[in-house]
Amino acid sequence: MTNVNAKTLYEKIWEAHLVHHEPGQAPLLYVDRHLMHEVTSPQAFEGLKIANRPVRNPSSILATLDHCVPTKDRDKPIADPIARKQVETMMANCATHGLNLYDMENPNNGVIHIVVPEHGFVHPGMVTVCGDSHTATHGAFGALAFGIGTSEVEHVMATQTLPQEKSKSMMVRVDGALSEFCTAKDIALAVIGKIGTAGGNGHVIEFAGEAVQALSMEGRMTLCNMAIEAGARAGMVAPDQKTFDYIEGKEFAPKGADWGTALNYWKSLPSDEGALFDTTVVLQGNDIAPQVSWGTSPEQVAPVTSTVPTPESFGDDNKALACKSALNYMGLAGGTQITDIEIDYAFIGSCTNGRIEDFRAAAKVARGTTVAAGVTAIAVPGSYHVKVQAEEEGLDKIFLDAGWEWREPGCSMCLAMNGDELKEGQRCASTSNRNFEGRQGKGGRTHLVSPAMAAAAAAAGKFVDISANNAS
Amino acid sequence: MEPYKNHNSVAALMNRNNVDTDQIVPKQFLKKVERTGFGAHLFHDWRFNPDGSDDITFELNKPAFKGAKILVTGDNFGCGSSREHAPWAIADYGFNTIISTSFADIFYNNCFKNSILPLIVDGAKLDALMNEIASNEGVSFTVDLENQTVTTPAGNGFSFDIEPFRKHNMINGLDDIGLTLVHEDKISTFESNQKQSMPWLWRNA
Ligand code: SF4
Repeated sequence: MTNVNAKTLYEKIWEAHLVHHEPGQAPLLYVDRHLMHEVTSPQAFEGLKIANRPVRNPSSILATLDHCVPTKDRDKPIADPIARKQVETMMANCATHGLNLYDMENPNNGVIHIVVPEHGFVHPGMVTVCGDSHTATHGAFGALAFGIGTSEVEHVMATQTLPQEKSKSMMVRVDGALSEFCTAKDIALAVIGKIGTAGGNGHVIEFAGEAVQALSMEGRMTLCNMAIEAGARAGMVAPDQKTFDYIEGKEFAPKGADWGTALNYWKSLPSDEGALFDTTVVLQGNDIAPQVSWGTSPEQVAPVTSTVPTPESFGDDNKALACKSALNYMGLAGGTQITDIEIDYAFIGSCTNGRIEDFRAAAKVARGTTVAAGVTAIAVPGSYHVKVQAEEEGLDKIFLDAGWEWREPGCSMCLAMNGDELKEGQRCASTSNRNFEGRQGKGGRTHLVSPAMAAAAAAAGKFVDISANNAS
Repeated sequence: MEPYKNHNSVAALMNRNNVDTDQIVPKQFLKKVERTGFGAHLFHDWRFNPDGSDDITFELNKPAFKGAKILVTGDNFGCGSSREHAPWAIADYGFNTIISTSFADIFYNNCFKNSILPLIVDGAKLDALMNEIASNEGVSFTVDLENQTVTTPAGNGFSFDIEPFRKHNMINGLDDIGLTLVHEDKISTFESNQKQSMPWLWRNA
């Protein structure tokens, strides 16, 4: 039976934020929270200055420095003058407009998408934007969160709104439980492998089902973070008790009487029974094995138990061609067993997998091992809070004893803008989100994996099926 | 955005076709954190000698074209990359009107976001305008956006088409942000409603 009034989570948030809709023009959507970092904002501030416009609601903004900050020798000035200029510009802009910036000396500093949830800045039902595509992360809280361009950053600062066309809705349901050795990262990669990097185009994805509900908030953030890699505008998970428990008591959480009012509202947000989605995709949790990307697009991914595909194995000519060029760039032959691929580098970090849970999972595997000869392994906490917490738990010791480097927080090798990068031809087991050509350094080869998989690969010098190793 | 005002000003001649955005602003100037100041780099590789002095053979360096607001130039102006730095540089240098037979699509749209009026004329008209400037360097044309006309001393004037909403936005100096701010009252109403219904959103943020 269909309920014509049934609404999706996305529709409810959309309707609650519609400021104005004039026929022939894009609907105007209200923006509750605006996140910022140093790379995509300078021209937006400049635009405000030229037009002599104020920031409409400075308290809606939270900013950090993350993309081009060094992950070692933080006490020294930034060596790269362009990076230094960007950082200084951001600090000056935030000071001018009275914006809350967690600069490099601030104990709250870290990657924007790690930092924001740590302070409870984004709540269920909010519209949140940032000049950064991985803003989708915050959909984990049942918020509508998406990335925007520099001119839109300026638009939001000046008007607190954005002209936005409504997206289509997609339900991605993962039924049943996940195997013990699989994580949110493996779900994300398996979904992208199934629907492709354009599969989510024009859609907002709602992730649901038993395996998704069972994820911690950290796991849900990892999953929503990668919705963008499936081409979606945003990813989201309906808020539930876990969401509320996570937010309660945090710095920007509703307090006192507000808490009850907020909670009531939040509980009304999940998609109604019978709400219609434009597209529905279903996966079985126990079908998902630990994933390893083998190509130069996140959809070029396979279970660790399988082999690198050959171009001929694709029915579709374009996919075959893409496979061929990816194998060429990656220096791989079709048919190679994934567990035979040797690595030079391991990286644990980024807004996808730089949270405390990620370092716990990796440390569990790294404990008592030694990084294989010839492999460089770096662990980069997503924020200072993650770093401090990990050190309190002794995780840094585990990594250091195993031969890993333990760094200061930042985006680091996720996009290799701060000097942490692969050299030509080097191969990396990386917990980040993009395996594009050159993403981790010119000629560098990226394999996307979960933190536990990266830790196992670092010790073995090649990919390892962690489920087989541990199951016995 | 600056409102576009009717004006009478010097028309500069740059008789070149397919001027691309990499020539308008070479890529070494894209790393700046500002969007102002690009006028100093406009046509950099043509405009300056390797030692940084003005290249006097470059047409826009002619004293007669000093202070020109109108640029008359060849086919397919603004092709190449989509960088908005190109119109930023043109506007910052001082041009607010470009007359040509054709413009690259993205560049054409970017012009309207930066208070630059791109005017399309046919080949014969362009030749006539170019000849008028060439034979009388420093001549001024009059642009009247309200009445959609350009007039010149030698009678090579013309009238032009422009979409009504674009004309309205330019005359009133409305950029996308300006357009949204037309609904400022609705934004304020939305905010006061939200303060009532979801007070926690406005408490300690
Ligand atoms: S960690 Fe990577 S994906 Fe995330 S914000 Fe930084 S650069 Fe972007």
